[in-house]
Amino acid sequence: MKTIRQTIIEKGNNILNVYFTAGHPTLESTEIIMKSLADTGVDLIELGMPYSDPLADGPTIQRSSEIALKNGQTISNIFQNVKNIRKTHQIPIIMMGYFNQMLQYGAERFISDAHLSGIQGLIIPDMPMEIYERDYQNLFIEYQMEISFLVTPMTSHERIFQADRLSSAFLYIVSQSSITGNQSGISDEQLAYFGAIQSMNLQSPTLIGFGIHDKETREIANKYSNGAIVGSAFIRTLENSKDYSATIQSFMSRLESQ
Amino acid sequence: MSNNNSYHVSESGHYGEFGGAYIPEMLYANVEEIRTKYLDIIAEPDFQEEFNSLLKDYVGRPSPLYLAKTISEKYGANIYLKREDLNHTGAHKINNTIGQILLAKRLGKKRIIAETGAGQHGVATATVCALMNLECIVYMGAVDIVRQAPNVARMQMLGAKVVPAESGSKTLKDATNEAIRDWINNAEITHYIIGSAIGPHPYPDMVTRFQAIVSEEIQWQLKEKTGKDHPDYVIACVGGGSNAAGAFYHFLHDDRVKLILAEAAGKGIDSGHSAATSILGTKGIIHGCMTLLMQTADGQIVEPYSLSAGLDYPGIGPMHAHLIKSGRATVYAATDDEAMQAVIQLSRSEGIIPALETAHALAILDRIPFKEDDNVVVNLSGRGDKDLNTYLTYIEDHKIQL
Repeated sequence: MKTIRQTIIEKGNNILNVYFTAGHPTLESTEIIMKSLADTGVDLIELGMPYSDPLADGPTIQRSSEIALKNGQTISNIFQNVKNIRKTHQIPIIMMGYFNQMLQYGAERFISDAHLSGIQGLIIPDMPMEIYERDYQNLFIEYQMEISFLVTPMTSHERIFQADRLSSAFLYIVSQSSITGNQSGISDEQLAYFGAIQSMNLQSPTLIGFGIHDKETREIANKYSNGAIVGSAFIRTLENSKDYSATIQSFMSRLESQ
Repeated sequence: MSNNNSYHVSESGHYGEFGGAYIPEMLYANVEEIRTKYLDIIAEPDFQEEFNSLLKDYVGRPSPLYLAKTISEKYGANIYLKREDLNHTGAHKINNTIGQILLAKRLGKKRIIAETGAGQHGVATATVCALMNLECIVYMGAVDIVRQAPNVARMQMLGAKVVPAESGSKTLKDATNEAIRDWINNAEITHYIIGSAIGPHPYPDMVTRFQAIVSEEIQWQLKEKTGKDHPDYVIACVGGGSNAAGAFYHFLHDDRVKLILAEAAGKGIDSGHSAATSILGTKGIIHGCMTLLMQTADGQIVEPYSLSAGLDYPGIGPMHAHLIKSGRATVYAATDDEAMQAVIQLSRSEGIIPALETAHALAILDRIPFKEDDNVVVNLSGRGDKDLNTYLTYIEDHKIQL
């Protein structure tokens, strides 16, 4: 199976990484949505581990997390979902969640079980880079688990290089200083920030996320990085969906640049 | 500060195995700015002068240390009440908001946010924002907005915007989540005044330093009254733990002083409706720090319960987690009912209506094996005006004859 990084580098551009919360709208929907995304031609899937207190997330992901937890979602169940779809699908799958979830499961057991289930990468936004490097990097390498760190418009050059060096999947460019789900347009300031990162000659491929919700914002992400991460906008379309496959196809066509 | 550093924060922001800063990158620049500057700013002579002058003339410090004769007789020790309830705004919270607003000004921040549970920190923040003419937004759980209505009105009167937190149990934890999200969205212009000894480093240490005036005064006030500069016990209630941190600070390394924490057992530790974090909690991350918190095996934070909005929190400050785990501090848990009995007792015997949070510290006095000459300081962290509705409803519901 190709690594996340290989997948991005081989295709080069217009990568589409779609995030949704595992267990929302229903527990049964997770595998159907993953398969449908893969069949529709999405490049990467980012599975959100629902958390009771998602500090970096806006109302959409908060709500989807709350519903998933009410549905009885657990980390073990998410691993089982991934294991099941691995029988038929090879699409790279990333899991995103909060550091406390990984710690309570047991860090090594978490990384090992994630690997065994077929998850290839993790994003843990509140795990400090220094702690990762000191305590967990060796485990990630041992279990061939890739990782992505986040940079924001307020991140210093020095830290961008550090995040680039430590990221083994891709560098996650947070488009604006905000929580997820912000739908304001993209400003000149943001474009300057994307351009500055582009000119840093980083070793990692980059994807732009937070606020990517339509054709225009996705085009900007494609222009300034290897592609886009879409989350809240996708989750909103799932909320009232009767037919996930049809909903996903129509959502994808909304994101396609013609 | 003592030479023995073991109970103070370490260079890396830890208290033993607790503390640290586990925050998303969106907050890194802000927290790092505070971390690298707070000690220097606090040490500046003009900061110290402004801080001390406001504490004296605006807050009304020093707060009295009062020997409560009736309860002293009842419990067989000399029980002194540190009257933080007499501070301007009615609680210890203002010590910290004065310090942080002066810091925020020096950081050039134009907008202030805060979380609040009982509303005392919200009022104290709204007060200093009015004083300094800064915009103020206070996040408060929707449940707490109802049960601490007088404080909501006070904040509004002072010009603050009170925003209800509607997620989770709609209490302090959820208000803190919303404040952190606001900070992420408005990081560059905003200072977040955390009111408790919680959050990412350096917040627990910064809040503790601003509250340390409480134990500093206890030292000299007790010396004046008894000839001794240290009590045998210091007792304080703990939610996140700012009043306890301040009351303990100068005694952390004085083995002659026993440190006692009173946490909220709610309807009983095993009732499923409790906030007794030290007993029900395990090590994990909440609001950016490693500490003890109530959580499931999957790391989901459990909704706490206490009748008292200020103690209704599933975590505890990392310094306290360390004091408890290392055996330096002892914790007792008081139920809603026990706290209410303490409220009624202090009101009737001393003529002081304490805050419901504070009452937890009074409710555990009968469990401590005091010796006759022991000098005991209870930090009377706040007054009960805000709780009158809760008190009167409780008294009526329980058909208590007054």
